Amino acid sequence: MKNYYQIIKIFFISFILINAFLSNVFAAGSDAKITKMNFSFDGIFGVIDKASARRGLQVYNEICAGCHSLEHVSYRNLIDIGFSNEQVKEFASQFEVMAEPDSDGEISMRPAIPSDRFVSPYQNDNQAKAMNNGAIPPDLSLIIKARAGGASYFYSLLKGYEEAPEDKELSNGYYNIAYPGNVIAMPQPLYGDDVEYLDGTEASMEQEIVDLISFLAWTAQPELNDRKSMGFRVFLFLVFMTTVLFISYRKIWKKIKS
Amino acid sequence: MSNIKNGKGVIGWIDYRLPIFSTLQHTLIDYPTPRNLNYWWNFGSLAGIFLMIQIITGIVLAMHYTPSVEGAFASIEHIMRDVNYGWLIRYIHMNGASFFFIVVYIHIFRGLYYGSYKSPREVLWWLGLIILLLMMATAFMGYVLPWGQMSFWGATVITNLFSAVPVVGTAVVEWLWGGFAVDNALLNRFFALHYLFPFLIVGVVILHIVALHTHGSNNPLGIDRKGPQDSIPFHPYYTIKDLFGLSFVLTIFAAVVFYAPDFLGHPDNYIPADPLKTPAHIVPEWYFLPFYAILRAVPDKLGGVIAMISAILILFALPWLDTSKVRSATFRPIYKKFFWFLFIDVIILTWVGGSPAEGHFILIGQLATIYYFAHFIIFMPIIGIIETPKPLPNSISESVLNKPIKDGT
Amino acid sequence: MKNNPTDEKKTRRDFIHITSGVTVATGIAAAGWPLIDQMNPSADVLALATVEVDLEPLQPGQSISVLWRGKPLFIRYRTEEEISKANDIDLNALKDPQPDEDRAKNSKYLVMIGVCTHLGCVPLGQEGEYGGWFCPCHGSHYDTSGRIRKGPAPTNLEIPPYVFLDETTIKIG
Repeated sequence: MKNYYQIIKIFFISFILINAFLSNVFAAGSDAKITKMNFSFDGIFGVIDKASARRGLQVYNEICAGCHSLEHVSYRNLIDIGFSNEQVKEFASQFEVMAEPDSDGEISMRPAIPSDRFVSPYQNDNQAKAMNNGAIPPDLSLIIKARAGGASYFYSLLKGYEEAPEDKELSNGYYNIAYPGNVIAMPQPLYGDDVEYLDGTEASMEQEIVDLISFLAWTAQPELNDRKSMGFRVFLFLVFMTTVLFISYRKIWKKIKS
Repeated sequence: MSNIKNGKGVIGWIDYRLPIFSTLQHTLIDYPTPRNLNYWWNFGSLAGIFLMIQIITGIVLAMHYTPSVEGAFASIEHIMRDVNYGWLIRYIHMNGASFFFIVVYIHIFRGLYYGSYKSPREVLWWLGLIILLLMMATAFMGYVLPWGQMSFWGATVITNLFSAVPVVGTAVVEWLWGGFAVDNALLNRFFALHYLFPFLIVGVVILHIVALHTHGSNNPLGIDRKGPQDSIPFHPYYTIKDLFGLSFVLTIFAAVVFYAPDFLGHPDNYIPADPLKTPAHIVPEWYFLPFYAILRAVPDKLGGVIAMISAILILFALPWLDTSKVRSATFRPIYKKFFWFLFIDVIILTWVGGSPAEGHFILIGQLATIYYFAHFIIFMPIIGIIETPKPLPNSISESVLNKPIKDGT
Repeated sequence: MKNNPTDEKKTRRDFIHITSGVTVATGIAAAGWPLIDQMNPSADVLALATVEVDLEPLQPGQSISVLWRGKPLFIRYRTEEEISKANDIDLNALKDPQPDEDRAKNSKYLVMIGVCTHLGCVPLGQEGEYGGWFCPCHGSHYDTSGRIRKGPAPTNLEIPPYVFLDETTIKIG
């Protein structure tokens, strides 16, 4: 038994040490101030708040979609956050996509259908560059997973616009305390009351940011709710299996040990 | 079971012509195993299980993956979003690689501690090191496949190491790339090789097991078995112990897969590859960090590459660098301390490898690299000569039976 | 059975081993399901499992082919002659008897999956001995209702599930 504890001890200590080093690495080396926040989807039982994600879609659609694409998400996926089939159809139909070439080889536009991906604000990357001073606004489908700090980073970023200190050089950028380097090309997108929520929620800046993050956390990890509930069941099963195997093991080894 | 031997029944009939069942019986059931193996001996079979997990999930992922620079990133997202249970299978494969390395590194340190590389197990040790090299190549090529920013720039940095080769360096790198930069040709061939290499690993694992069974497992005492009283059959004693250990490790594995699946990865790999923009801080996956630290510790390009490769090659010479006749560190008071120094040194190298190459990290990395090589080239031969080992027990069974008395129970 | 202590001990020991065995077997089976299910049609494929087709531009005697679930779909605006030919027939003489009104919801439009029921080739339109479809692979002849009349194919050309959303729009799938 002594041996057993020793193994667990060494295993965990090295695991924790290495992880501490790694997280140290990812957080290090920037003058960015990130406020650690708690979101509905944090923790073992945390799930995406679907009502909040639906409001977040509205924020994305009315504010962000002008510049940012969402290329890995399809309209049909919106059913996952509680929209009905009809609502999704109606939402999709306000956008236009290129149709298949017709019998004369002409390409016309058609309204989008649920199986289409979210329509990008740009035809291609070069157009995106040309419209934004040479910087392509990043696609938002995976953005929560694609930045160190994740959701907390975006919360801090969206709230992080401040008056620049006098000595700071801002060429074509805006001062933001959460952005690495503190000069960001994106102007402050949310001020509060930027949208009028369909469900009547008051659109304070805080509310809009949290809702948008709920939505983007969902676009980045649409499997999150399933993953956590399945994970819990799998974990319980494995704990049970480990226990019975341990008892079996002790029984079998009794003959050898005595 | 007696059917196998006397050739009766379908199994007996086949086995008389192709001894597959009796081989399996010898390997997994009858194999006489030292009776005193501790939990550190679980990690060999665990590594085998993780290899199988990687192969099975990998084949499944290959059914949905598109190896082209246009389609790779999107096909991974297709797996994550649209394929039934695709997210689960991909997260298992991603984190399975990390766990495979954790398990194999523990397996190697086990060998170092208990002197499992010493005569007559040198070839067994070599085969293990070959598996490690194949694993590293496989893991590296696999990391390129999602075609994110870290994939692309990791591939660029590592393939550029070959340009350090004198005279033919550039030609070799262009041959590897199939072009003048990391591009579609490289992605395609990495996919093909990433699929192939695990099966090479399986082949070497089989040789590893054949070599293991030739002289049998080493044990925590490091002494040879004197007779049948020192051994027990593999089944049921070690099958159940391995199963229990597997279940325990899988529980930890599940916790990571379901609750922190991206914890061991890097956020930049969720940004599609952009040949025009290098991420601020390129780091390889955690399991390469010690070697990456050694690479960067040497200020010369070719020198760094040689140092990194030597860090593994030197392990091949270990059976001769270790001059002690005693296998197990249990009876080697000085070596035991140095073993833990080496362990800490590797942890430090891991830390340095993951930190930016600036300031005091450079010096720490260089000192840790020097220590790493000094451990094998200087300390091991000297310790073996000057150290007085503790007296060895007469036999395994004697030691096992005496133990409860020592503990006072 | 005698109730002596060793027997009882033995049963208890066996019980825990059986529990272990069943648990491990359950675990393996449960882990196997995702590996099997991943080969089923994925969410994006299922999303394309229904298509809407506008029949407005079709003139009598014209056909179009539409790709539906990876297979060609024949949609034909039949002429009066073709419709009468399809109805004017002795059902009992057919290999796979089926009246025309069961095959076309609106007798003007015939909607079928364009895959020969023999071995999966795509038949040619308005050919063969019955003026319907003809499969060049092994010589199956279909009539103007897509019924098998001659050749190795065992059944009529398959009719996909579809509904008329209005006079000239159908939703297939």
